[in-house]
Amino acid sequence: MSETKKKELGEPIIQIETVNKWYDDFHVLKEIDLEVRKGEIVVIAGPSGSGKSTLIRCINRLEEYQEGSIKVKGIEVNSDVKNLREIRANVAMVFQHFNLFPHLTILENLTLAPVWVYKKPKKEAIETAMHYLERVNIADQANKYPNQLSGGQQQRVAIARALCKSPDIMLFDEPTSALDPEMIGEVLDVMISLAEEGKTMVTVTHEMGFARKVADRVIFMDAGQIVEENDPETFFHHPESERLQLFLKQILNH
Amino acid sequence: MAVYSPKPAKEPPLLERGPIAWVRHNLLSSPFNIVFTILGIAILYMIIPPFVKWAILDAHFVGSSKADCGGDGACWIFVREKLNMFFFGFYPHAELWRPKTVIAVILALGAFAKFVPGLHRLKLALIVAYPVFAYLLLHGGHFGLPLVETSKWGGLLLTLVIATVGIVLSFPLGILLALGRQSKLPIIKSLSVFYIEFVRGVPLITVLFMASVVLPLFFPEGINFDKLVRALIGITLFEAAYVAENIRSGFQAIPKGQYEAADALGLGYWQKMALVILPQAIKVTIPNLVGTFISLFKDTSLVMIIGLFDLLAMVTVTANDRDWLGMDTEGYVFVAFVFWIFTFSMSMVSKRLEKKLNTDKGN
Repeated sequence: MSETKKKELGEPIIQIETVNKWYDDFHVLKEIDLEVRKGEIVVIAGPSGSGKSTLIRCINRLEEYQEGSIKVKGIEVNSDVKNLREIRANVAMVFQHFNLFPHLTILENLTLAPVWVYKKPKKEAIETAMHYLERVNIADQANKYPNQLSGGQQQRVAIARALCKSPDIMLFDEPTSALDPEMIGEVLDVMISLAEEGKTMVTVTHEMGFARKVADRVIFMDAGQIVEENDPETFFHHPESERLQLFLKQILNH
Repeated sequence: MAVYSPKPAKEPPLLERGPIAWVRHNLLSSPFNIVFTILGIAILYMIIPPFVKWAILDAHFVGSSKADCGGDGACWIFVREKLNMFFFGFYPHAELWRPKTVIAVILALGAFAKFVPGLHRLKLALIVAYPVFAYLLLHGGHFGLPLVETSKWGGLLLTLVIATVGIVLSFPLGILLALGRQSKLPIIKSLSVFYIEFVRGVPLITVLFMASVVLPLFFPEGINFDKLVRALIGITLFEAAYVAENIRSGFQAIPKGQYEAADALGLGYWQKMALVILPQAIKVTIPNLVGTFISLFKDTSLVMIIGLFDLLAMVTVTANDRDWLGMDTEGYVFVAFVFWIFTFSMSMVSKRLEKKLNTDKGN
């Protein structure tokens, strides 16, 4: 049905195999299997507490898991420091609450990691930073501090900051949930343009419009499990599981 | 249903603006408040006029001996005559140019750092070089300078040396202890917790006694650590525990998202702490840190009990001078004033720093 939208996908870039995770006794991720291919746009939806944020935070090891295996570009995500460095150089994350560094200017936020971690010359780091700030339409604010900007602007800066290390994979953890309604659009526009460029993206979001428009695959999680995954067309119009039908009814009916 | 046109802004009512409004809202807002205002004015009236009369109106400024003072007023001649002792203790009179130079140089450096923009490398180099220069000049014993034992150092000079060294050394040590206490490694964490809690449970006087009396027992015969150095070690180790707790309270004000963002960007532990967490933690804790440093500054007078003569001790000594008996009050008032100038300046610097570093409220 949605064959028109199908695009060429590359080799698997994230491989998640039977991952289990517990918070103390609470089983938060149950037997998760998921493979994301290069250039693929995956959207993860689900009620709060379903483990979707926890799952994507396992991919860059902000959270640890106890069983199973996650590989990014073939590298095992584990406690090995070298692996971790390699993975974090390739995987960038955008957070719900932006998490910009309030004591640094916008420009300094963007150049911090390139200069200190990736040892880029300062001039080059600034050029790259300005390039991405222009990309998200915010270059004129480069010398301000994060708290002088609106939420939407801050989130666009956070996206630019994530892009500065030219990551292969972008993780978005509810990037629009903390924004005022009138600012959601500007952030989604940036995300859509990234998607069209062929970046691999894994996005946890409640923005079903975004999922419909750009996702190659939508995944529905509930109670720590992947309940259903499908292309957007089938996902929204012909949901198979009862839980997804109920979920869609709840979020689309208002 | 209805459309409203914009309304012009009006001035607030007369009684609600300017000094009248301030007095009404702050001094006379309730019967209780009125009683306190009157009580406050009465207390000020009882204290201030007699003090002004004693310290200024009836005071004696001219002359050179106790005989030139008479009546009830303060005898500031005493302070003027003993000024060198208050400031430099028993530092030999002929060598006084050395501490004076040390002080003049730090003032010049401060002005240079404040008014000349840029040149950060040079400034940093000067700041690092200064303690060495100050030590070489004050202590002497080389370059043809006569040796002046630290036991001769005293007065304000000693107070400043102890306070500066204490602050400058306890700060990095405190940061390390605070990081240790946050550490995920159990041994480092428990050692830090034990150290901090132990030191905070012991009075500074005890630490000073330990440093001066007990510590030498552990050294082999013949090795004699300078008494001032021992006091400095004691004070630094003591203050570090308090600095660590201040900084820890700063850590607690940093949202988890800041750590996560730094991790996700690929920053290692030390980079994350030095570039992201510490600058923010120290910023929120500046008022507490300066509070700790102010009490350290005042606590330096405790070194008197191990036989070092700081500013306060010098008053006790000079007021026992046979020619100047009974001058304690003038001496202590003067010392209080000097202490106040320094501690108040520290508060002002702290306020300025807070303002300068405040990027949170959108400037």
